[in-house]
Amino acid sequence: MMLDTQALSVWVIPGVFAVPLIAAVVTFLIGANKTSRAIGLLVPVAVFAASVLLVIATMEGEVIVSQVAGWQGGVAIAFIADLLSALMLGVSALLVFSSMVFAYAAGLGMDRWFVPSVLIMTSGVYGAYLTGDLFNLFVMVEVALLPSYILMSRSGTLTALRSARLYLIVNLTASTLFLAGLGVVYGVTGTVNMAALAGLGALPVVAIATGVVVVALMLKAALVPAHSWLPATYPYTSPAVTALFSGLLTKIGVYALVRIISLIYEPGQILTTAVIVICVLSMIIGVLGALGEGTIRGVLSFHMISQVGYILVGVVLAGAVGFAAVVFYLIHHTIVKTSLFLTGGTVEHEEGTGVIKRLGGLARAHPIAATAFFFAALSLTGIPPFSGFWAKLGVLTAAAEAGAAVVFVVALVVSVGTLGSMLKLGTGVFWGQPKTIDAEEETPSDVSVEPVVAAGTALSVASAVEAPPVTKWRPLLVIPGFALALVSLGIGLFPEWLLSLAHTSGESLADPVAYVEAVLGGRAP
Amino acid sequence: MSLAIAVALLTGAGTWLLVRGGAVRLILGFILLGHAANLVIIAAGGTDRRVAPIVDGSTPLDAAADPLPQAFVLTAIVITFGVTVYLLGLVARIAKKSPSSELEEEFDSDDEGVGNR
Repeated sequence: MMLDTQALSVWVIPGVFAVPLIAAVVTFLIGANKTSRAIGLLVPVAVFAASVLLVIATMEGEVIVSQVAGWQGGVAIAFIADLLSALMLGVSALLVFSSMVFAYAAGLGMDRWFVPSVLIMTSGVYGAYLTGDLFNLFVMVEVALLPSYILMSRSGTLTALRSARLYLIVNLTASTLFLAGLGVVYGVTGTVNMAALAGLGALPVVAIATGVVVVALMLKAALVPAHSWLPATYPYTSPAVTALFSGLLTKIGVYALVRIISLIYEPGQILTTAVIVICVLSMIIGVLGALGEGTIRGVLSFHMISQVGYILVGVVLAGAVGFAAVVFYLIHHTIVKTSLFLTGGTVEHEEGTGVIKRLGGLARAHPIAATAFFFAALSLTGIPPFSGFWAKLGVLTAAAEAGAAVVFVVALVVSVGTLGSMLKLGTGVFWGQPKTIDAEEETPSDVSVEPVVAAGTALSVASAVEAPPVTKWRPLLVIPGFALALVSLGIGLFPEWLLSLAHTSGESLADPVAYVEAVLGGRAP
Repeated sequence: MSLAIAVALLTGAGTWLLVRGGAVRLILGFILLGHAANLVIIAAGGTDRRVAPIVDGSTPLDAAADPLPQAFVLTAIVITFGVTVYLLGLVARIAKKSPSSELEEEFDSDDEGVGNR
């Protein structure tokens, strides 16, 4: 399709990064009021519109480059939009919008730090998707992380502060390692431009230097054996914040790994073995951990580890087919996981606890939330007609084509484990008999919901002692998760367009000639 | 060589401070680790060329310093500074929230917080 690529590279690409940043300053200055909350919703809508333009402009595999200040390719700091970046931008904006609606309904919008923090975080995330330079990737990740520290520790309880400490230590260690790795890469090659580094991974010394960066990113993406920090931190912040973190921050690590492995490393036996071992272990350990968890978000957090394994294993399987599976799975997972976190968060906000034992029989009073959970859980497991079916089919096809029997078998077996833990959540929370809650048994301190909400819950618990707890849930808490579950169903029913986009993107990831030429060959084509 | 030794010392001291636990030690540890990473980047640019890299014809290019690692380090220092200020703020906030108990213990204790539930 014909679009003015010049206008896209001059206005849209820098705008995607700059607009949320400017909006953050504005919302911070005007404080927490209706205008600033409206800006918090408008920005993701604008970014989504921009991503649609970028997807249309890149859907044939084109690459749009924005060389900052018009310097020559290879010298300039480059911002690059290809199909993968454009798709990631779109799905991120979608989840930010849903999480914002949920967060406002949960009362987080009253905190004057909330909207600006989220806006700065998203700006860093969008920047990380668009940057073509390893050092800029570091800067963008830091831009995304600093506000995340604020969001993490603003929940107010001491438990949240303690988990904020662990979160900080892990992320600071990863950042320091990333920075040192960057230094080594620069020392070895004299550049940190990813396009200029393309294919250099064939040299052992560059492969090792980049390996330091890869290890740092694996820590951020919470792959086994560096996974245990994630389930110890994500469940302790506010549910909307968990949804944002899972959809944005973990995805930066995954996205950067896909980009670096596809560009810099050459396919080879050592790389294949290493990635398969790490991903398969992540799948297994993540799902086993999920089976042992006792809270909604605890289960969901462990699932993330397992699912990141599913996403990344495709990078070494069967070239373009594998990369196509990666792209599809990445998009499917972002949508479904956010939906699950938001529905689980609704239960926590409205029932006052996320402990599975204390919940039960909620489906009768809250059919829409139960449907949303049911859809998203089936999609996560990979059952048709949801998007998860096509995502898993992609991974299995790639594994079969590559002859990786281990991946094929483990991916199937782990699905059963996923189903098991989802059934545990489903039967424990939504089906079965409603629990009559004793006031004594109820200790709200173990769940870090907002003080305002906790007070409201205390009221509903007080009334619950006399009558069965049939409080009506706030619709704006339920709708975002439900809408995202419907998106997953929609993709599952009409998968062709996304499959073909993932296919195109997979081909250009497997053979990044167009990407390298667009970045290094001077101006945008 | 002196850079390599400095990096080793800083990394060792930083790691030691991290594993010792305690809020202030933690922050100091990250400052030292950040310095170590910065020195790695400076070393990557080469320390033998030290002439200011101004292209006016008078500077021999093979003696000119590489300005890019210095720009990297400058950015990294600013980021580390921001994070340090935030960490100090977080510690102050925890101290304010639980004045009854020792600050160090609150910041260290994992007994009923992270990990167990």
